Amino acid sequence: MIRRRLIPYFLLGPGLIWLILFFVVPMYYMGRLSLESGSLLTGFEFTWEWSNFSDSLSAYDTQFVRSFVYAGIATLLCLVIAYPLAYAIAFRAGRWKYLLLFAVIAPFFTTYLIRTIAWQTILSDQSAVVDVLDAIGLAGSNHRVLDEPGSVIAGLTYNFLPFMILPIYASLERIDQRLIEAAKDLYSSASQAFWRVTLPLSAPGVVAGTLLTFIPAAGDYVNAELLGAQGQAMIGNVIQGLYLNVRDYPTAASLSFILMALILAAVVVYIRFAGSEALMGEEAERA
Amino acid sequence: MKWLRHNAINIYAGVAIAYMLIPIAVIAAFSFNDPEGRYNYTWSGFTLEHWENAFGVEELTDAMVLSIELAALSTLVATAIGTLLAMALVRYEFFGRRPANFLIVIPMATPEVVIGAGLLSMFLIYPFVDLGFQTLFIAHVMFSISFVVVVVRSRLIGFDRSLEEAARDLGASPLTTFRTVTLPLLAPGIIAAGLLAFALSIDDFVISNFNSGTTVTFPLYIYGALQRGVPVEVNVLATILFAVTVAAMVFTIWQQRRAERMAAVRPEEEVEMLPATPAVRPAPGGFGG
Repeated sequence: MIRRRLIPYFLLGPGLIWLILFFVVPMYYMGRLSLESGSLLTGFEFTWEWSNFSDSLSAYDTQFVRSFVYAGIATLLCLVIAYPLAYAIAFRAGRWKYLLLFAVIAPFFTTYLIRTIAWQTILSDQSAVVDVLDAIGLAGSNHRVLDEPGSVIAGLTYNFLPFMILPIYASLERIDQRLIEAAKDLYSSASQAFWRVTLPLSAPGVVAGTLLTFIPAAGDYVNAELLGAQGQAMIGNVIQGLYLNVRDYPTAASLSFILMALILAAVVVYIRFAGSEALMGEEAERA
Repeated sequence: MKWLRHNAINIYAGVAIAYMLIPIAVIAAFSFNDPEGRYNYTWSGFTLEHWENAFGVEELTDAMVLSIELAALSTLVATAIGTLLAMALVRYEFFGRRPANFLIVIPMATPEVVIGAGLLSMFLIYPFVDLGFQTLFIAHVMFSISFVVVVVRSRLIGFDRSLEEAARDLGASPLTTFRTVTLPLLAPGIIAAGLLAFALSIDDFVISNFNSGTTVTFPLYIYGALQRGVPVEVNVLATILFAVTVAAMVFTIWQQRRAERMAAVRPEEEVEMLPATPAVRPAPGGFGG
């Protein structure tokens, strides 16, 4: 029956067309822009200007390195905060489970910018939190917390934390409790059961969580702009500024492509290292 | 000491939850602030003035209304076409499934700056629409679709198809079956996906900043106001928005629970489900516990 075989394509049609027109095609145009030469005054012309890539990379390499370092540290901090929390929600919370999950996603219900502004308030020079941090020597030599790398990383950590907690929670929740019981029946200690059974079984959640945290964090510019100073500018700030203020489109477009390529490369290396079945879990489940 | 060791992880979790909620509390608290200067950063006295004047800042209210319209419209479209995508991916075998899957996943793995910059590149070179509400709508639908697919798909995977078969056996047409069986059972997933799309849209700053032209959404208004001082009314509206979303969320969960009870009609399935539900039992293991 031909009609039945066509059904999936009818269902896919509108969505895939939208994604192709407004995701794939824009990437083509961005690619074109990145190979143009000229200036805003004389106009831009398509000239296969490959040097845009090497020029922009060497001009903004510090921001690239900074973005990846900040995003990497923020991802690690998220993992350290999220894993025990997800564990507690999955195994210890009992009837409080849903309330706690709710608290985890609550930040999403306030606007991203306002959340970040709230951190500006919390970390501002007059705030009591800063006095405490200063007293225990965490505030640096100028007695400030804002406009330092630490404040930007703290903002990134806070804003992307739910993306780490939720996948880890989901993978912990799915673990068959009988496996852990079996480990204990076979005389493993509680910590052995954790390191040998629980942790490996939750690895897919950790992999998914780190990706979901790292990718947006590496491209973010809101935290660096609101919580940092010029010296903390990330690559997102550069791209944004070049596109919207300086209007140096070729440089901005080539930077966007480099960012995407670097993130993709990082993801590929990471998945190689972490094992691909972690990400393919969902596929396997359906098959 | 033993108590501390046993509860260490709970205490840690409590602190982490507090960390997540403190900024929300700060936002709500500062909606009652009576700042001395233009900047609402230091606490200088309690007032209800800004709550009474919640919709008094015209530009802000306009931006909020525009954001809600934009979110409603893009949610409607994204949820509809995302649900169709999810249906196709879960229920049909077809040629081109892997590329389709890839195309849906890749926007979620792309930094927002790159998505925003890409769209702007296209609109610059090929200005078939002016930057403004239309381009925002296009962008918001685009980045919402993938998330809708993920949510609806997870609901579809756990779908008991024998219920549909039963309807067909009892003489219902495919359309009637879809309308009276499939859709009601799928509804909680679709509503959850819609809520997510709405939240993503109303919250989006980065992509909108690239494609808005002179149109001002709620987050864009806040961004613009940063230099001259964000009015306290922003905190008021953010608090209202938070309360409304929480209410919507609670309602959805309640609906979902009800639907689950309705779906769990087959007795043998209920028996089988019992041991699988995570019972409240003494904690198994922990960090050296």
